[in-house]
Amino acid sequence: MSIQPLVTEAEPVPASAPAATRSRLLARVWRDRNGRVGLIVTGFLVLVAVLGAVGAVPHDPIAQHPDDRLQGPSATYWFGTDQFGRDIAARVAVGIWTSLRVAVLSVAIATVIGSLLGICAGFFRGWVDQVVSRFVDILFAFPAILLALAVVTALGTGWQNTAIAIAVVYTPIFARVSRGPTLSVGNAEYIKAQRVLGTPLPRVMLRHVLPNVSAPIVVQVTLALSWAILTESSLSFLGLGTQPPAASLGLMVSDARSTVANAWWTLTFPALAIVVAVIALNLLGDGLRSALDPRRESRS
Amino acid sequence: MTDKLTKARTGPHENGAPMSDTGAAPRPTGDPVLTVRGLRTAVRTASGPLEILRGVDLDVARGETVAVVGESGSGKSFTALSIAGLLPAGADVTGGSVLLEGRDLVPLPEDERRKVRGAEIGMVYQDPMTSLNPVMRIGKQVTEGLRAHGWSKEDAHERALEVLGEVGLPSPRALMRQYPHQLSGGMRQRVLIACALAPRPKVLIADEPTTALDVTIQQQILGTVARLRDEYGLAVVWITHDLGVVARIADRVAVMYAGRVAELSRTRSLFTEPQHPYSSGLLRSLPTPEHPHQALLPQIGGAPILLSDLPPGCPFAARCPQRADRCTREEPPLVNRGSASAACWFPPHEWKNTPMEVTSHAQGA
Amino acid sequence: MRKVRKTAEAPQVSRSAADAAGAADTPAIDVRGVVRHYRSPGRGVVHALDDVSVRVERGRVLGIVGESGCGKSTLARLLTRLERPDDGTVEVLGTRIDNAKRGPLRRMRRTIQLVFQDPYASLDPRQRVGAALAEVLDVHGLPSGPDRVGELLEQVGLVAALAERYPHQLSGGQRQRLGIARALAVRPDVLVLDEPVSALDVSVRAEIMNLLVHLREELGLTFVFISHDLGMVRHFADEIAVMYLGKIVEIGPWDAVSDEPLHPYTRALQAAVLIPDPTRDAAVAETGVTGEVPDAAAPPTGCRFHPRCPLAEDVCRTEEPALLPVPVFRKDGTQPSGEHRLACHVVRRRFAETAEAAQSPAQATAHTAAPAVRVGKETGE
Repeated sequence: MSIQPLVTEAEPVPASAPAATRSRLLARVWRDRNGRVGLIVTGFLVLVAVLGAVGAVPHDPIAQHPDDRLQGPSATYWFGTDQFGRDIAARVAVGIWTSLRVAVLSVAIATVIGSLLGICAGFFRGWVDQVVSRFVDILFAFPAILLALAVVTALGTGWQNTAIAIAVVYTPIFARVSRGPTLSVGNAEYIKAQRVLGTPLPRVMLRHVLPNVSAPIVVQVTLALSWAILTESSLSFLGLGTQPPAASLGLMVSDARSTVANAWWTLTFPALAIVVAVIALNLLGDGLRSALDPRRESRS
Repeated sequence: MTDKLTKARTGPHENGAPMSDTGAAPRPTGDPVLTVRGLRTAVRTASGPLEILRGVDLDVARGETVAVVGESGSGKSFTALSIAGLLPAGADVTGGSVLLEGRDLVPLPEDERRKVRGAEIGMVYQDPMTSLNPVMRIGKQVTEGLRAHGWSKEDAHERALEVLGEVGLPSPRALMRQYPHQLSGGMRQRVLIACALAPRPKVLIADEPTTALDVTIQQQILGTVARLRDEYGLAVVWITHDLGVVARIADRVAVMYAGRVAELSRTRSLFTEPQHPYSSGLLRSLPTPEHPHQALLPQIGGAPILLSDLPPGCPFAARCPQRADRCTREEPPLVNRGSASAACWFPPHEWKNTPMEVTSHAQGA
Repeated sequence: MRKVRKTAEAPQVSRSAADAAGAADTPAIDVRGVVRHYRSPGRGVVHALDDVSVRVERGRVLGIVGESGCGKSTLARLLTRLERPDDGTVEVLGTRIDNAKRGPLRRMRRTIQLVFQDPYASLDPRQRVGAALAEVLDVHGLPSGPDRVGELLEQVGLVAALAERYPHQLSGGQRQRLGIARALAVRPDVLVLDEPVSALDVSVRAEIMNLLVHLREELGLTFVFISHDLGMVRHFADEIAVMYLGKIVEIGPWDAVSDEPLHPYTRALQAAVLIPDPTRDAAVAETGVTGEVPDAAAPPTGCRFHPRCPLAEDVCRTEEPALLPVPVFRKDGTQPSGEHRLACHVVRRRFAETAEAAQSPAQATAHTAAPAVRVGKETGE
């Protein structure tokens, strides 16, 4: 017994409420408290990453200053320096760029391929579903990091290859996340209605199935982005991700192992950046989750 | 609100035969077992509390069936849930009383309420599949409630066998070991009724229990409930939107509109001389054998009410063909008019306009 | 009516030779001996439809009544090619649709459309009202501007401003009107309505029924109206078919089937319909049948109704009764228009006995010309 039907059944909505209902997705995320925090912090991180990428940082991230090794945070070196005297603030900024770049590319690949597989499996069922589901099961059978390691070993290092490796890890997750809702949406009366109306199959899938299964996929994207940042960090930590002297958050954490005992800042700032990015993306996912429900739109 | 109730309501059997099929046995009459007075229930929403029930008055005597009819949004299901104390999270009774043999249930704490529910008030829901636990044997489901009310294992088992037989299920002993999916829809609904009646409650609240069933099965179950009502001397509250069910099972009918009782009538008089323009319109909108074939049906027209945006005055005024100035200013109380009570300023003999016109197929403004 | 409509609309793809020739005697729907079985894990083969034949002439309303599992919804799905029959043929306006390929199927979609029971479930929750209608028009290459969308909305009694709403912002009645408007967008000739008012509030049902009456008058549509509610079917249908466990057990003119039913099941159905009239003698209603509908995966032998039938005899347990015409006289001595067919050994024998006694069998089987609904197969096997 839910109280919802009573309210939805109620009538009538004022004749023109399009102004409110037309609002864009981001505006709706903004109205959600979690979503707003996630949006602000993610936006800030992206800004820092871009600054790092274009070199708009106080110091060269790979320039070594042998005289200033392991300096604590100061006006010159905001986050201090590492054992080679490199500016940690600049390296964190560049590291965020590296991590985000890999995360975005890998998640984009995984989302497109995984969702396509999952939607086809859920919609067509039968042997398509069997093939996709077994393939997904096989990928799931490997520990994620092992799978990524295998791919990197095969393809060689480089940020694109790291992204592909991570994409391989996350593709089955997207396939699984999109298959479930597609199974139920595919059975929905409104999909049957489209068949009766003679709507071509690709259009039905693109215009009616995809939008109705997009909410879990979009939420999964934000979660996968945060995991991808962690995976990239792990790979770099193991020496198979970003190669020195380039900066990446994972690599910095890895390098900090030997110095953290007497220079806390070498570990703290890159680790903090990872944590902040992961939390921000999760909050953004929460906001998207509620923003993507059309029933939440104003009705009176 | 509470002074609006109708004190001089006639008993169920003062004149005329009982309406239901197995009415041969004289039914006990007497004081109402269940009395609802000025019941108000509100739901918390983002834009503040929304009143779903706005002062419901109702009473049910021993051996009597009172049907509560209404459309979605009328508050009929909330009336049932409020009486049973099963309101969903976010909904609260905000006023009025629910008296079970004189004891007000509304202020009782939840654990007291739980004892009353089940032991004294039984409840049956619409969907027999989702109301039964699919992985629990029938016997366990019937005895579970009894055990929770302090019955011994042996007594509960005996009682379960007895009540399953009483609701018309064949071979109860074998049935006790079966799972819900092994039963047909009609049998599942009977099991639910058995669960509700096992602790011998005084009141049975049925929330559209036959709506999901086929008509031939529905008919059988209505007959069974009428028989059990007489055997147990149950006070039955039957929530439905189906006026056919009302005609078959109810002694009296409460027609709800916008969270209030619009009309409370003996069943026969509701169908022969409805006292509220809304009930009149509902009845006239049904196709009857007398209605010309393929001709337009009289329709109420207008838009259903929006509880969050109720106009002042009578909530039905905007759709009412008998509307007068007074109706848009003051909300009429439920007043007694002999065989019926109605919340309308005008008794039927003062109605000037055609009760409900055959309008075009376009929706009313 | 139809002519007027045709000239007013965009050029149409010619549908079939029969249609182009304007063959008025081609029935709108001609279903012959369709069989539909489902394999259900754990249950076996479910006999959803077994050798069902039915014809609907143009402009007529066929009502189909029956309880859950009788096959009425399966028939609706076959008529709209949501499913294909395992055996038998389905013709709409003279064109076979059961084996139609993609191209002809698209054109066929423009001749026959379906209105679903639950209007909310049959609308994409993420699509605005206007977009939903425009999409149908686009898909079929019809003009789809806001004007046409507004026109469609007005045709079903909705204001054009509703085009901006989402389905959840509509009332139950408005949603069903939208469901009907969407089906009408392709200007179909036949509308199949699967329990179109069952999910609606009582006061809204009359509105939707009135809308259907209007549409029939304005557009000259042919309807198949499926419902479990004999009262609604009686009100709207010209002919009524009664189904039980995948078979038609009785079919005939609306007044004959609903008011003077012959088959024991139809009688039970009639008695069980809860007529909102408390003065009706309750004892009469108690003549209903006992028990419940058997599992369609294991239909009873012989007549499928025999385990629940008060008239059942030995022959009913072994031999399946064929759906054959019966001579019917009303109590007032007149004959209903159209043919009345029945699948029941016992009632048929009683008729034969009565006719013999009256010595006028020829007269008894006389029928008025051009029955609107005919059943294709003379003998059931």
